[in-house]
Amino acid sequence: MSTESHEVHHEAGDHQSMTKARIIKVAGILSAITAVEFIIALYLVPKGILPIHFANPVYIVLTLFKAFYIVAYFMHLKFEKLGLALAIIVPILFIIGLILVLTNESHHWIDLRG
Amino acid sequence: MSTTVSQIDEVKTTPWSGGRSPFNVEYGKIMMWFFLLSDAFTFSSLLISYGSLRFSASVWPAADKVFQSIPGLVDSGQPLVFVGIMTFILILSSVTMVLAVEAGHRNAKKEVVWWMIATVVGGFMFLGCQALEWNHLHHEGFWWGSTPAIDELGKFFNAGGTEAARHMTAQEFANLFFTITGFHGFHVFTGVIINIIITVNVLLGTYEKRGSYLMIEKVGLYWHFVDLVWVFVFTFFYLV
Repeated sequence: MSTESHEVHHEAGDHQSMTKARIIKVAGILSAITAVEFIIALYLVPKGILPIHFANPVYIVLTLFKAFYIVAYFMHLKFEKLGLALAIIVPILFIIGLILVLTNESHHWIDLRG
Repeated sequence: MSTTVSQIDEVKTTPWSGGRSPFNVEYGKIMMWFFLLSDAFTFSSLLISYGSLRFSASVWPAADKVFQSIPGLVDSGQPLVFVGIMTFILILSSVTMVLAVEAGHRNAKKEVVWWMIATVVGGFMFLGCQALEWNHLHHEGFWWGSTPAIDELGKFFNAGGTEAARHMTAQEFANLFFTITGFHGFHVFTGVIINIIITVNVLLGTYEKRGSYLMIEKVGLYWHFVDLVWVFVFTFFYLV
């Protein structure tokens, strides 16, 4: 029984963790990442400071960071039970398989299309 | 009859021993999560199809040449500015949604209503921007199954590629753009409708009587997911 009351207490603490201050902080991080993407796209790439084949992976990494902040904090997944977080995140990893298969396949299509 | 229970008959209280959700989440909320998981697969397959068609093409329309207008203000020369405004609108409406959820935890009905109204307004602003963007591209000749005239296509590409290849990829680009942003826009639209219904329910006092504003969290999950998808659409259509 002592474990249950501990759990309840733990949960109440979790809900409190998404305070207004933290919401503003996460919003600031999301806006800042977006701003960095714009600086790269509108300034660094056109001026030739950053080559485009280097900028693209940077965009994707920044996008994944934004996705993490939205899912973990706005969608509250970071504060849910580990079991729920795994039930959502592990199936998503299968998408990586589809990306690998189809990008590999598309390199063959480019020869077919001529 | 002895009242003591043998070790094996004792009711266990660990999370996975049954009788309650091991995830400690209300039924509707976990179903929303599983729906969003399936929706994530749908959007992934759309975006991965887009990626593989683009990888297999020798030329592709350049994003900063296709998207360089601010509808109603400037016709060209402003790449990414308009979509930047759209992105910030959607991020902000996600923020107002979390603020509504936070107000719901404190059972502050008035605050929930105002943050929900702000979220709905943000959703309508985004849809309005998207309508302008679609209208602009449609006027240039892009649509499902149609592109601008072949001899006008050059201005949408960086150097390279034959005229036939340009025509083919411009068509692929148009089909994928309208399908994927259209499917996303449809999600925004349904999200706005759901948010309006929930706001009306808050005003009627439905959740006050129920004693919890959990419903705000559930529609909030959907709304954040719409923002999440836009983050990816934005990167793969406008930046890369």
